[in-house]
Amino acid sequence: MDGSPVVMTDPIDALRDRRADFPILAETVHGRPLVFLDSAASAQKPVQVIEAMGDTMRTQYANIHRGLHWMSERTTEAYEAVRDQVAGLIGAPAREEVIFTRNSTEAINLVAYSFGSLLRPGQAVVISEMEHHANLVPWQMLRDRTGIELRVAPITDAGDLDLDALERLVADGRVALVAVTHMSNVLGTVTPARRIADIAHAAGARVLFDGSQFVVHRRVDVRAIDADFYTFTGHKLYGPTGIGVLWGRRELLEEMPPFMGGGDMISSVTFERSIWATVPHKFEAGTPAIIETIGLGAAIRYIEAVGYDAIAAHEAALVAYALPRLAEVPGLRVIGAPADRGGVISFTMDDVHPHDIATLLDRNGVAVRAGHHCAEPLMRRLGLSATARASFALYTTREEVDALTATLTQIRGFFA
Amino acid sequence: MDVEGLYQRQVIERARAPVHAGPLEGAARRGEGTNPMCGDRVRVGVWLDADGRIGMVRHETRGCAICLASADMMAGLAAGRDRSGAVAMGRKFTTLLQTGQDGDALPDLMVFAPLHRHRSRIRCATLAWSALEAALTDGPADESRDG
Repeated sequence: MDGSPVVMTDPIDALRDRRADFPILAETVHGRPLVFLDSAASAQKPVQVIEAMGDTMRTQYANIHRGLHWMSERTTEAYEAVRDQVAGLIGAPAREEVIFTRNSTEAINLVAYSFGSLLRPGQAVVISEMEHHANLVPWQMLRDRTGIELRVAPITDAGDLDLDALERLVADGRVALVAVTHMSNVLGTVTPARRIADIAHAAGARVLFDGSQFVVHRRVDVRAIDADFYTFTGHKLYGPTGIGVLWGRRELLEEMPPFMGGGDMISSVTFERSIWATVPHKFEAGTPAIIETIGLGAAIRYIEAVGYDAIAAHEAALVAYALPRLAEVPGLRVIGAPADRGGVISFTMDDVHPHDIATLLDRNGVAVRAGHHCAEPLMRRLGLSATARASFALYTTREEVDALTATLTQIRGFFA
Repeated sequence: MDVEGLYQRQVIERARAPVHAGPLEGAARRGEGTNPMCGDRVRVGVWLDADGRIGMVRHETRGCAICLASADMMAGLAAGRDRSGAVAMGRKFTTLLQTGQDGDALPDLMVFAPLHRHRSRIRCATLAWSALEAALTDGPADESRDG
């Protein structure tokens, strides 16, 4: 060592310039600069996504997969290129394993319907206590339709999945599928996906991960975690609404019947019968969200340009900065202390109701979510009716965390 | 910190120290209002006078400051009225919050008028009145009902 100072780039500041890519961040709310801490509900969009969608509509748009003309062929190419991008993003072995859906909810419903139709009474599906309603209600519907059993894996008081309990839940060999979140939208818990997959597979079960929150913050490799199904949504990943992804192993997708019937999902149709198209088209009935898919492609290009290493480092540094700052706010309690937390922090503040917190934060330009976060059973497990939630994105700054904690301290004083 | 008068001192203090909160046992009629958006819940018990007018109202409320304060003020304002008068008052209050108009008829509830500009919070204030209406109109005696 020569004694000269080591210059290290602060991982939070490293992404500061990226804020300029998000036009909405220059807006003011109630006369204050917008501090947007609700990205876990839906992220803001970079100009690259906005322009890609606009350019599509302005210069290169027609329906896909059926047109014999130039515009249709070019648009089909642009649409199908996104399938390759998604496969690359998540490490999928084959592009045909990538199915476009409306969102993660539809992706899970697809699996619940199509994979679910292969299940018989006596078999079971396991979810966890910290699932979003999107990964709970479809399985209840399947249970009620087919008579399978729905089992719920508990979480620890810290907010981690109880892996010992999960092992016991699958031990009887009757579980066909373990469907759990890869990152909780309430607790921020990142679940140990590979261990969960190993537990499921050892018991002969398949495993689905709801990656809606995870893929925003870290790179997923569906082969490395040995997943069977993986879902996420575009609008949380800086892309547009109306486009989501289901990835599934080809042999499973081929075995599963279609989800919805219509155009584009058949290879031939007579009044007597129809023959399904091959995957992925078997699961993509009707004209898809062409413009939104191209927007998702632009979002993936953006993420790859920023780089998951930088995004994950930014998130980790921001969480490490925010937790002690929040702890300084009188009466504030952060919910859960998971072993691995992503950029989502739920909290309560003495007896100040989360909706009052959210309204008063909003008046100061700070946008957070308040309520049960589409996870009512988790709220009951935690003994709460609601929480406030701050969530981070790659454009979040230290100063925005400071604005949050300063305003929370004011609110606490206001209700004291 | 005051939000265009939304969190006036009167609201904060009523929420902190409600005067009409309490157990509903013995109420002649009960009703409930819930807000699935936030999990807030107001349960209302109504005691009737010999002539059928509202003698006393109590509430059990799990909710935000606006919800709690509104429930407590509702309980105070409903007492002494006949049933249809209390229901009409609740509906007038809802109109006030939704349109921002006709507030003159409800001087005691004008403290909630700024909610007109916070539409996502209007249900917080009307929940108690929904529970009261459920209790008075279709709530069978001594049985709680969903709002």
